[in-house]
Amino acid sequence: MLSKRLIACLDVRDGHLAKSVKFVDTKNIGDPVAKAREYYLDGLDELVFYDINASSEGRRIILDVVEAVAEQVFIPLSVGGGVASVADATDLRLAGAEKINVNSAAVRRPALIGECAEAIGDQNVVLSMDIRRVEPSADMPSGYEIVINGGRKPMGIDALSWAKEGERLGAGELVVNSIDADGTREGYELNLTRMLSEAVRIPVIASGGAGEPDHLYDVLADGKADAALVASMVHYGDYTVSGLKRHLHGRGVKMRMSW
Amino acid sequence: MVVIVDYDAGNLKSVERACREVGLSAEISSHPNRIRTAERVIFPGVGAAGSAMRSLAASGAGRALVAAFETGTPILGICLGLQISLEYSEENDTDTLGLLPGEVRRFRLDDPNLKVPHMGWNAVRVIRPHPVLDGIQPGDEFYFVHAYRPIPGKRTDVIAESVYEGPFCSALGRGNYVATQFHPEKSGRVGLRLLERFAEWDGRVDA
Repeated sequence: MLSKRLIACLDVRDGHLAKSVKFVDTKNIGDPVAKAREYYLDGLDELVFYDINASSEGRRIILDVVEAVAEQVFIPLSVGGGVASVADATDLRLAGAEKINVNSAAVRRPALIGECAEAIGDQNVVLSMDIRRVEPSADMPSGYEIVINGGRKPMGIDALSWAKEGERLGAGELVVNSIDADGTREGYELNLTRMLSEAVRIPVIASGGAGEPDHLYDVLADGKADAALVASMVHYGDYTVSGLKRHLHGRGVKMRMSW
Repeated sequence: MVVIVDYDAGNLKSVERACREVGLSAEISSHPNRIRTAERVIFPGVGAAGSAMRSLAASGAGRALVAAFETGTPILGICLGLQISLEYSEENDTDTLGLLPGEVRRFRLDDPNLKVPHMGWNAVRVIRPHPVLDGIQPGDEFYFVHAYRPIPGKRTDVIAESVYEGPFCSALGRGNYVATQFHPEKSGRVGLRLLERFAEWDGRVDA
């Protein structure tokens, strides 16, 4: 049977690894290519690059980073950030990305999901959703709202209905990123993750908030996620990829343990 | 030198990079002559059976691949490459190359918690020793992405199995042809080792 996946996310700005807290205050913390290689050799299951540049110059840099990583990392690579067209997706695929994450542009123009699915296959289109907690209301019955533009712009769209719509339009996987939990190291948003995981038939990747190994266990077991995404936990050297996997395996989660 | 068959079926560069990593120089080509005369051939692919067969027919690469098989060239099929080497695929109701007997059917699972496509890391159990899959240990996992599964017509063509609800064939082969449903080029070092062994394989299987 399938193993649960441990995914590391590298936020890249101007060719450097950056990490944000609650989506602001980004700072540089190293060379993304070296980090990617290190995690790969330590048993990482999948790698995500997030391009946090808006400039066209930044776009070129992310392609170079992906290409350099694809030369030496032989696990699935997923890339997102600013993907707004099939051409963006195709450029990233040619550079070596397996999967393409769409986010803000898909909220503004949902047809993008289907266009990318048609061009590169359903299974390679990942719908990444930035979500914040709100008071449940008639417009937002789930109590969770979609936010775009790196967490700056609330859209008045219910997260649960957007997840279902994304699946219907052809997304092959969902990233559930909680803005409230992002960078807090206090744990993933379990209710949100479980709610979306139970609502769709495609894999769900939990993102935002991991600070301790048991947070990963909680979201894979109780949150029903197929994969847990980490960033700060491994970037600053507090934990290693193999150490996290051993911990989860020890608690009875099916993980890939030989590499 | 290995020729990677180009038929507009996705990420051939990742296969090329993995070949380079294990010291196997590779050329991506759809040219029938290059395929027919290649020292060894990789038949990769991600995509749908129908458009793949159209593309292979248009370039002549499909016939060249059959010819390479018949003349003993070591061939490695990967994912869709494996699937369209059998006779028929339910995907787009397509007649396929027929290097080996068998067909391809969509996963039909009873457990509503299991998702299709079968995507992620899964164990591969070798049930018939083969030089290219030699050295795979129990518990070694490989990366899969597929919604359809191969059903070889002859049980003796099954080389390895994996489990998704029930067992399914995850590697098959006969003579100089071997193929994996998983992606060795995306399966970390166990995958690279498989490509390494293919690079050294003479196309023979000890009976």
